[in-house]
Amino acid sequence: MNWLLDNLPQVLGLTVEHLYLSLVPTFVGVVVALGLGLAFGNRPRARAIITAVASAIFTIPSLALFVVIPSIIGTQILDPLNVLIALALYSTSLLVRTVFDALDAVAPEVLNAAEALGYSHARRRIFVDLPLAVAPLAAGTRVAAVTNVSLVSVGAVIGVGGLGQLFVSGYQRNYPDQILAGIIVILLLALVFDRVIAVTARLLTPWLHLGTAAAANGTKLRPRPHAPEVPAQHGTAAPGQETK
Amino acid sequence: MINEMLAYFAQGANWAGESGIPARLGEHLWYSFLAVAAAAVVAFPVGVFIGHTGTGRVFLVSASNVLRALPSLGIMTLLVLLMGIGLLPPLAALVLIAIPPILAGVYAGVANVDPEVVDAARAIGMKDSRIILQVELPLALPLILGGLRGAILQVVATATIAAYVNLGGLGRYIFDGLALYDYGQVLVGAVLVTGLALVLDGLLGLAARALSPARRAIAN
Repeated sequence: MNWLLDNLPQVLGLTVEHLYLSLVPTFVGVVVALGLGLAFGNRPRARAIITAVASAIFTIPSLALFVVIPSIIGTQILDPLNVLIALALYSTSLLVRTVFDALDAVAPEVLNAAEALGYSHARRRIFVDLPLAVAPLAAGTRVAAVTNVSLVSVGAVIGVGGLGQLFVSGYQRNYPDQILAGIIVILLLALVFDRVIAVTARLLTPWLHLGTAAAANGTKLRPRPHAPEVPAQHGTAAPGQETK
Repeated sequence: MINEMLAYFAQGANWAGESGIPARLGEHLWYSFLAVAAAAVVAFPVGVFIGHTGTGRVFLVSASNVLRALPSLGIMTLLVLLMGIGLLPPLAALVLIAIPPILAGVYAGVANVDPEVVDAARAIGMKDSRIILQVELPLALPLILGGLRGAILQVVATATIAAYVNLGGLGRYIFDGLALYDYGQVLVGAVLVTGLALVLDGLLGLAARALSPARRAIAN
């Protein structure tokens, strides 16, 4: 801990770099995944191809991707762009499935209602489907952001890793405190990201929390269900089954 | 770079001996197997307990999030400095990575078993131990396998870093190549790890598919 306090300026500089390297890909991932999801969610074939490519990309080890990207797009091997691109690819792959699932989960009644109100397809996508998909998307974004914060540090072995550089230099100088400091700050960053995204999602979806509050009150007001004394009248359905 | 990589693959000497491609592949698989097995020993009982009793869900979520955020490079280098070079530090870091997906899979699988099925099992006189072994675990199998698949893929990917703390495995090519500015060799490592991950993912997917009809038969 002493090392961390004594070297605060250095750690702050690395933290800023770490933030940049992990935030930008998360943001790119959200935007690209949303675009792909909104554009191809209703086209089964394109969707199947995107899902397959995404899961293949997600299988590629990060260190491998960091060092392969230069030979594909011609950057220098120590270019931070390699890390940014690799993490953006992971985030997109992770989130595109979430976006598809989230859009699928929008209730058909809601879509019909929007259509009945005269929403065009594009308008409905943006003003109805998108807001309703925020909550599951936020859950996926939290995973992507936390994963990115942790993965950035691997970049340190190719010279671009934000706080990961504390691991490399601490290891080379045989100085455990420095490594410990890096781990602590990375965990803190991950925690802050996680909370910020969760709170933002809450603020973006006020109706969800109104809904849960109303539902909670509703169940309190409603009389406790009890087993009916007479057998259910509708044919084969056993008592209690309809409540599911 | 790609030509150098192909030349490396074409060279017969690179396929033989202790630092040959098959030997490195074997090391990589060995570390991964040890880590996933150790993680399963830890995560399996905990997941079954939380899934079966429903207590400790908050612990599960927060523990998984913390573990997911732990930087494996940091854990590995820190443990090497504290414990010395050897198999244990990288292995410990890999185990930490493998625990959350296995735990999540086992927990979700057991917790998602229809409560009516569990009640039925209890009503015909099954004890908790039998309910877990003969009812919940068979029904949870697909989700357990899903978790195991995730764990294996993450461990295979991260085992690459073990070479940074002087171990073998496919990461050797990447780190040796980087040190020598031999980017062809770096690509050799990257291509081999990626290929291994894709092949394992495919095999595990097939295994999961082969086991899912069995699940349907049990459910019926």
